[in-house]
Amino acid sequence: MAGVSLDTVRKIYAGNVEAVKGVSLGIEDGSFCVLVGPSGCGKSTLLRMIAGLETISGGEVKIGDRVVNEIEPADRDIAMVFQNYALYPHMSVYDNMAYGLKNRKTPKDEIEKRVKEAARILAIESFLERKPRALSGGQRQRVAMGRAIVRKPQVFLFDEPLSNLDAKLRVQMRVEIKRLQRALGVTSIYVTHDQVEAMTLSDKLVVMSGGQIEQVGSPSEVYRRPETRFVATFIGSPPMNILPGKVEGNGRVSIGGQSLSVSDMRDGLAVGSDIEVGLRPEDVRAGATGQLSMNVDFVEELGATQLFHGKLGGADFIVQAPTGQIAADAKQLSLSIDPANVHLFDPQTTKRLGKA
Amino acid sequence: MVENRRYRNILAYLVLAVGVLIVAFPVYLAILASTFDAATIINGNMPLVPGDQAGENYYRTLFIGASRSTREPVSMMMLNSFIMAMGIAIGKILISILSAYAVVYYKFPLRRTAFWIIFITLMLPVEVRIYPTYKIVADLGLLDTYTGLILPLIASATGTLLFRQFFMTIPDELLEASKIDGAGAFRFFKDTLLPLSVTTMAALFVIQFIYGWNQYLWPLLITTKDNMQTIVIGIKKMLTTQDALTEWQIAMTTAVLAMVPPVFVVIFMQRFFVKGLVETEK
Ligand SMILES: Nc1ncnc2c1ncn2[C@@H]1O[C@H](COP(=O)(O)OP(=O)(O)OP(=O)(O)O)[C@@H](O)[C@H]1O
Ligand SMILES: [Mg+2]
Repeated sequence: MAGVSLDTVRKIYAGNVEAVKGVSLGIEDGSFCVLVGPSGCGKSTLLRMIAGLETISGGEVKIGDRVVNEIEPADRDIAMVFQNYALYPHMSVYDNMAYGLKNRKTPKDEIEKRVKEAARILAIESFLERKPRALSGGQRQRVAMGRAIVRKPQVFLFDEPLSNLDAKLRVQMRVEIKRLQRALGVTSIYVTHDQVEAMTLSDKLVVMSGGQIEQVGSPSEVYRRPETRFVATFIGSPPMNILPGKVEGNGRVSIGGQSLSVSDMRDGLAVGSDIEVGLRPEDVRAGATGQLSMNVDFVEELGATQLFHGKLGGADFIVQAPTGQIAADAKQLSLSIDPANVHLFDPQTTKRLGKA
Repeated sequence: MVENRRYRNILAYLVLAVGVLIVAFPVYLAILASTFDAATIINGNMPLVPGDQAGENYYRTLFIGASRSTREPVSMMMLNSFIMAMGIAIGKILISILSAYAVVYYKFPLRRTAFWIIFITLMLPVEVRIYPTYKIVADLGLLDTYTGLILPLIASATGTLLFRQFFMTIPDELLEASKIDGAGAFRFFKDTLLPLSVTTMAALFVIQFIYGWNQYLWPLLITTKDNMQTIVIGIKKMLTTQDALTEWQIAMTTAVLAMVPPVFVVIFMQRFFVKGLVETEK
């Protein structure tokens, strides 16, 4: 087993498109690292550089203690699962899994042993002789995973492996991937733009935007203490409400004239200066005596919870509450919030203005 | 509504049937003529049911030939045509699949230029470049050889284009998965591209075999020896004899024989089409 480390890795495509702008990252041996970010942020590019499918324009990629910049994909000791599975259409499931081993001259009985074992783990034993065409999307996904497992690689790489599956299967496969990774203990790097996948799968969550890392941390760290406004609004659903406010000093800010106390606030902010206040829809409580008042425009039903959409201090605002807690026909809500759950951001740099 | 459709169907089938009759009748006449002796054909009142000369005609045609015009048995001509058609079909598939592989999967300087040069040859069929081609073949001493018959007809872009279009529909991830699975450029070609190309190869084979089989102008130019003539040339010679009566029964028998191999190729290759269509999926 081996960890992966990236040192100021860059990718410049033809035509001077800088897709990855100097990313440094350490991934511990055996951990599950998820790269998440909006479309086009360079996460696939980064993964493909680790796989050796793209040349590295700058910096250094290490797998274990070995710099792999100039090493062929087949010799990097990695396995990759693609979004469209990329199974060989003309080969049986068995041959799809065995192909990589055959190419590296593994003895026949060893190949058979490994394929059978992987098939058992993934519950695909009954269709080893079938062609991929005769499999459902979920089964193909398993075969693609099987192809990765039989190689016994140092690192698994996943590029949005679940996005071609329907919602229910996606949840099921997500759990299976997590279980499998735990059982095998292989370092895994997983690319997705689905934040639920990102939160649930990762030991280490890497949020990317515009070819750069915005924040690295455990999923709960990233959720509780987003370092930038981008991360704050990207992680969490529905996204965090961002309201324009002013610094009042003494751990207080005001939003549209309504005052709010904040526990994580940088010292020495000039009184009266502009600031952005972030409140998660699920952190806000509606009650009789709140600090903030909100006008409700409409309500969305999600079953277990309801989303109240409206305006607060002139900006759009969403409140999430368990169904029945707030009367669905409420026109005005009085909101309170734990000072620990208020996030402050600099309007210019968009960085968090928390305690140093 | 249903009635209406019924009548429309009947009408459609009627039109199709008439079309088939128009196309098939001359073929039927040729087959018919191959079963009569020369006198019956020439007197202009050939019956519409087969005669009793088939055995005699086919034996003479295959093993003796038209005594006054071609002077070679038709079996020899068929062999020549067959070698030429197979050579063109196989040679073309080889060249096309390799060049398409290079153009699609390798990044080399002037790749686009290379592709466009190949593309332009589409506008230069043999008939257009016939003089320079003849000169080159003659200078290489390839007149009256199979190589001379085959080589110049292999060089054209249809096959390359066909394979290129097909390769471009194969997802890049398949190549990448192969790379990770430790398959180099050649293995990827052999283990993945070739099996996936079976249908395309079968299609190209049929087209090129018939194209080669039906060649007229080129063999006419570069073959002078009797034992190098192809069956198409043979038919032509049988029909235009200057000093004697045309042996119509032999000419018609030859025409029927000339149809047989292409028909077999189509029937045989059809299996691959179906197999290919069922088995591959991108
Ligand atoms: N071959 C290429 N040539 C030039 N630019 C490219 C190439 N491949 C990707 N890019 C650019 O690099 C940037 C990052 O692409 P990448 O595929 O890594 O995005 P991504 O984060 O994986 O997005 P998605 O979630 O849509 O897959 C994009 O702006 C893209 O346009
Ligand atoms: Mg991507």
